[in-house]
Formats: sequence, C-alpha cells, structure tokens
Amino acid sequence: MSGVRVLAAAAAVLVAALLQVSVLSQVSWQGVVPNLVLLVVVAAGLVRGASFAMVLGLAAGLLLDLAPPADHVAGRWALALVLVGLVAGQVNREARTSAGAVVATVAVCSLLGTTVFALTGALLGDPITSVASVLGVVGLALLLDVLLTPLVLPPLMAMFRRLEPARVVAWQR
Amino acid sequence: MARTSPFARRGHGRTRGPGRGLGRSRGDRRWGEQPLGSGQRPPTSLVVALVMACASLMVLDTQAGDSSPVEPVRRAVGEVVGPAESAVATAVRPVSVVPQWFRSQSSLRADVDALESENAALRSEVRTAGYDRNRLAELEGLTSSARDLGHALVPARVVGFGPSQSFTGTVTIDAGSSSGLGPDMTVVNDDGLVGRVLRVTSTTATVLLVVDSGSTVGARVGESMEMGFLRGRGDAGEGGDLDLELVDAAETPAKDDTVVTWGSRDDAPYAAGIPIGRVTAVYESLRESTKRVVVEPFVDVGSLDVVGVVVPSGTESDRGLVEADGSLR
Repeated sequence: MSGVRVLAAAAAVLVAALLQVSVLSQVSWQGVVPNLVLLVVVAAGLVRGASFAMVLGLAAGLLLDLAPPADHVAGRWALALVLVGLVAGQVNREARTSAGAVVATVAVCSLLGTTVFALTGALLGDPITSVASVLGVVGLALLLDVLLTPLVLPPLMAMFRRLEPARVVAWQR
Repeated sequence: MARTSPFARRGHGRTRGPGRGLGRSRGDRRWGEQPLGSGQRPPTSLVVALVMACASLMVLDTQAGDSSPVEPVRRAVGEVVGPAESAVATAVRPVSVVPQWFRSQSSLRADVDALESENAALRSEVRTAGYDRNRLAELEGLTSSARDLGHALVPARVVGFGPSQSFTGTVTIDAGSSSGLGPDMTVVNDDGLVGRVLRVTSTTATVLLVVDSGSTVGARVGESMEMGFLRGRGDAGEGGDLDLELVDAAETPAKDDTVVTWGSRDDAPYAAGIPIGRVTAVYESLRESTKRVVVEPFVDVGSLDVVGVVVPSGTESDRGLVEADGSLR
C-alpha cells in the first residue's frame, strides 16, 4: 500500500509538472501559468498533514528545479514547496473540508511559494528585474492558482484521501 | 463535520512516534482544546532537515558555477522528462494551438495585410489558411533564414516554456545531441534571434531566450555599425524589451534602426549578422552621461513554435537539416 501511495503522489506531481510546462504554457497569461505542482502539494498537506506534504514538496520542487527548461539555482523551488507543504499541513482539520478554507489555503500558499522563490533568487544574486514586475507575477500567479482551485483541488484531495493509510503514524516514523 | 470523527479516533490512537512529544508540547499552546489537531505539527527535526537540504543544494549549485555537481543530475532528469515533454506537447498540439490563434490575432492580421498588398490572389487562401499551412510557411521562412545566414539549421519545435513564476526566460526544444546540437549554439526563427542553447540531453535542449535577465548578446546597430551589449529585462511574457548598452556612449542610434548580432569566433554562442530587433526609444541621462537604448525584439517569445538551431554546415544529424543553400538534407 505504501508503494502505491508513493507512486500515486509521484505520478500526480509529474503529470502536474508536464502539464504546466508543455500544455498550460500555451494559454499562459504574460507567461504566468497556474502552478499545478504547488496545488498538488497543497492538496497533500490538507489531507495528509505537514510531514507528508513537506517531503512531497521537496521532491516536487527538485523536479521543477532540475527538469528542462529550468535554469535557476537548484533547490529554490524545493525550498518554496517545502514551506508550502508546512503551511498547508497546519490548517486546522476541522476547517479542511470547507471550500472557503481550501481556497484561502491555496491563496496563502501560492503567495508564499512564489514569494519565497523570488526572495531566494534575490539572495543568491539573480538579476532581479524590478520589484513591480515581480509583484505583478506573484499577484497573477495567485489569481490563476485560486481560479483553478475548484477544478483541481477536489479530485486531488479525493485521491490523497482514498490513499490515506489506516495508520498515519507509519508515515511519520 | 462528520468527517472529523475518524480523525479523532485515529488521533487518540497515536501514542508513539518520534515527533509526538514535540508536536504535543507545541500543539497544546495553540490548539489546546483540540488534541486531535496537535498531531498535525510536523517534527521540528524534519522541518529543519528539509530546509537545510534545500539550502545546501542551493549553495552547492551556486558556488560550483559551471562545474556544478548538479549539472549531471540536471542532464539525467532531462533525459527522462524531456522526451515526456515532447510527447505531451505533440499530443496536445492540435488543441493547444486554438487559443494561440486568438492570441496572435493581431500579428496574424498584420501578416495577412502584407500579403494582401503583395498578391491579391493569395488573399482568400491566406484567410482560409489552416494550421499546417502556417507551419509550412514557418518552415519555408527557416529555409530562407539558412540561406541568408550561410549556415545550416537544425529545425526543432518548442515543447516546453519556463513559467514566469520562475523569473527566467527558457524553453525546451525537441532536438538534442543526437541531432547534432550542443551547448552555446545560436537559436533563430524566421523573424530573427531567439536565444542560445544552454544544455542538451540526447533528445531535447534547453534554450536561454534573449529576453532573459541573464542573457547578454554582443550586438551591432545595423545602420551605423556601433557595437554594444544587449541585455534582457526578464519580462518573459509578451513584449519583453531589451536594453542596449553602447560601447561608445557618444553615439545615438536612430529610432527603427535594426540591431543585429555582432558574432563570436566559431559562432559560439552567437553567429554574426542575425537580426535581433529594432530601436524603439533612447533615454539619455545627462547627469550620469549614460544612454539607455530600448530594443524591441523581432521574435515574439510568447508564441514561439518552430525554431532553427545554427550548426556548422555538414553536421551529422538524425533529422532533416536545412543547408545554407536552402536545400533540405
């Protein structure tokens, strides 16, 4: 069962990354695409808790950092998505199934993820263009992620819920 | 709310586990009245370990520069993910070009207008031109580009775009080392310079676009032969402009002057004489005695599709090569 869970999570991340790079980029808005990989990590955090989501976030971030056409310093998306997993996993279980809470979580996580990525770039001396254009990208990404939430999050959460093991302990040990 | 009951039972059943103590001591503070929520706190050690892992990877990749140990990993991941990107892009291409039609409506209209004035008989055909006809036109454009440049071109298609969220202008193309590509080769399309190849896998290559903020191209103003450096601004979306910094600050290029590549030895990374864009504005700062020249690229990076990679004539390739005389081989 554990193998199935890992495989399903890995497949979800890979499909999200491929769709993001090769399909959604065709309909991008000023080059900004909905961050599907981030949505997968958020869904994992909401259903499975922070520990699982953080590990998944690390793996997903490494994929974004290393797969073509990425050319930034490796580890930047990984760090951003680990923090996203941490935050998404902290949402109170009572509130997790309500649509409002899910959308709010996605909004916060999208803001956090893109901002952390931009900040690490600034720290590492990436030639940052201008604060205004960065804020524009962050805002646009937030909007697109929230718009896609009703379509993407319910099936993802259902998948993670179905694959949730009888004992969550097994994962954290 | 009925959902919470299974969680509650499960939560109480969790009596052991390394993170338990930490989770509870912190959780009590915040979620004191909800013991079932306390299990959600991840062990601090895990948080620290994962964040440190990311940080050390970043430092490793930054410090080592070009000989980064991450580079072979990038290549290995690319070998697997690259073909998958090609496959996905090919599979959805007939559908995904539909919105592109709408988006590039204005540029298409400009093309059609030009054709109308040239040849009235072509008008009806252009209006009904299908997707494949556009494609053919692009390939024909590439053929004439090869003739103009005097180099051979490997045709390729863009299969993946880096999102703006990554603040880099890079794309994946579906030709790699098995087609004769290597790092630091010039990438063009029928409008002009697209960028240069950063790294290759056997079937795909990553291209750094001229609009990327890390891209610097040696350039020359066509009319006056002044030399300078073109830098991207990083606005990878539509209409990303470039900044031209002239070597001789006393010179002022005229509006609409064409900027072409200056070229390097052995054509790496940029072959000479490739049109890049046209001058749209010149800003002068008297106090700093500097000049900022804004160049609009000829290539619309938002809707790249067929591109050509400049290779030495006679390169071994597993696909058709557009030779300098315009012939296909």
